[in-house]
Amino acid sequence: MTSTRKLAKEKMMVVEGSYAVAHAVKVCRPNVISAYPITPQTHIVEDLSQFMADGEIPNCEYINVESEFSALSALVGASAAGARTYSATTSQGLELMHEVLFNVSGMRLPIVMTVANRAVSAPINIWNDQQDSISQRDTGWIQMHAEDPQEAADMVAQSFRIAEDRDVLLPVMPCMDAFVLSHVYEPMVLLEQDLVDEYLPPFEPEFVLDPKNPRTFGAFADPSTYTEFRYLQAKAMDKALEKVEEAANEFNEVFGRYYGGLIDEYEEEDAEIVIVAMGSIIGTVKDVIDKLRSKGEKVGLLKVRSFRPFPIEAVRKALKDARVIVVLDKNISMGLNEGALCTEIKACLYNTDIDAPVIGFMIGHGGRDVPPSTINHIIDQARDVMSSGITVESQFTDVREELI
Amino acid sequence: MKEIRIHGRGGQGSVTAAELLAVAAFADGRFSQAFPAFGVERRGAPVQAFTRIGDEPIRLRSQVYEPDYVIVQDATLLEVVDVAGGIKDEGIILINTEFSPDKLELDTKAKIMTVDATKVALDIIGRPIVNTVLLGAFAGATGEVRPESIENAVKKRFPGKVGEKNAEAIQKAYEIIMEAKP
Repeated sequence: MTSTRKLAKEKMMVVEGSYAVAHAVKVCRPNVISAYPITPQTHIVEDLSQFMADGEIPNCEYINVESEFSALSALVGASAAGARTYSATTSQGLELMHEVLFNVSGMRLPIVMTVANRAVSAPINIWNDQQDSISQRDTGWIQMHAEDPQEAADMVAQSFRIAEDRDVLLPVMPCMDAFVLSHVYEPMVLLEQDLVDEYLPPFEPEFVLDPKNPRTFGAFADPSTYTEFRYLQAKAMDKALEKVEEAANEFNEVFGRYYGGLIDEYEEEDAEIVIVAMGSIIGTVKDVIDKLRSKGEKVGLLKVRSFRPFPIEAVRKALKDARVIVVLDKNISMGLNEGALCTEIKACLYNTDIDAPVIGFMIGHGGRDVPPSTINHIIDQARDVMSSGITVESQFTDVREELI
Repeated sequence: MKEIRIHGRGGQGSVTAAELLAVAAFADGRFSQAFPAFGVERRGAPVQAFTRIGDEPIRLRSQVYEPDYVIVQDATLLEVVDVAGGIKDEGIILINTEFSPDKLELDTKAKIMTVDATKVALDIIGRPIVNTVLLGAFAGATGEVRPESIENAVKKRFPGKVGEKNAEAIQKAYEIIMEAKP
């Protein structure tokens, strides 16, 4: 099934992406919110603060803190006590949380935290790329990427569903590209309270911190048990694969909007050149594909929606007939000098019969705009690879040679 | 799909204008998208904002390079910014200035239209805030959006007297442009 959405224009209004996300958080009925403002996530937490001040989020506490480290630490306690918890951050704020991210996933706390993906310092850059969340790949958080602001808002409700499922109990990081999605105004449906109540049951944790019934979370595991904790966390990630699909399918049943589960495919079935990408570039790529398809060119798109857990089987199935696979990354793994998604795609095709060449393009670093012409240029190079093989496996795009 | 680029200076409300235009176009039954050119906003520095208007949901998310329409809030920008950059030959550049189009030296095949939005704003609103006023002129110049929809969007955003005054100024700018049209 590919993405579908009922266009209920009468329900839509023009709002900012951040507002739609904040509204989605509100109707998910959180009990504790804690966040530290950082551009470009700020609008989300400002809107939530306004909702709190206006008394629009019942049974909820907003904890002001002095840093991102404290914001997430506050939620560790709150979540362990049985509260539905939310935060939002980006870039250096997310990197400051690094240590706590492991604690959250290790304690199996279903915290949901939107990341407005932004480049990392130095040099200081407040604009969009995905280096921040990609760099938290191995912290044990489920990491999903939205292609437009409506999906980013809807993903908040889906994230709570996935996170709090007793077969999963892992934190979720729904990601949205900074500015491109967080600061765009467009017609959207604000999640309806009654439908969210139908979709998202109250959080009922199996174990909570309670002085009357003392327990310990994340205390100590010596070599005789630590492996098993890690094993169970990995198993929960495996289980999350089907829960991500389930959360997307049931969201579609209740709200009439579907963006793919683990992945989504666009004009992909007979495609010779398949572009693999995540986040807000998806829409631009779809526009480029429509133009090429009208000229009879077989180009398609595989959108990776869930970066963690990584949908190995779904990706293999989607790419089995591709002749050239093109991976777009708004990040770089320094030293390997390719994007993380490119590495993952290559890894999951190994040990299979798929032998199509995989080429990687690093795009949009620090907010460098990616116009359709850049995508067309990349597809030109994919055509060359189809006819004459790979010359460069991974490369930067739109480098300004005059500055080097 | 039509693409609009708004040039202004930080503090002149370019982003708000782009947003209000998107609200108005959607109220007219079309789809729209508005976003700033994500700069480090400083009062007085040249800034840009963009709006797209189309009959289908808009997926394209890059900046606007070949606009159909350009709105210039401050004529002093003509000396520092290539406001005509990339505009389609059949496009329209709408500039806030007291001068008529033939007095402006712009290297473009696009049509240039001018309106003294600052005067309209001072006369009616009492302050030189031109972003909403120019949207009224834009409605007249392009026909892409109804002036009533702009007025409603502005009144909703700025309730009470401020919105009413703005709506009056929007209507005035619309009329000025309609009279100037051949």
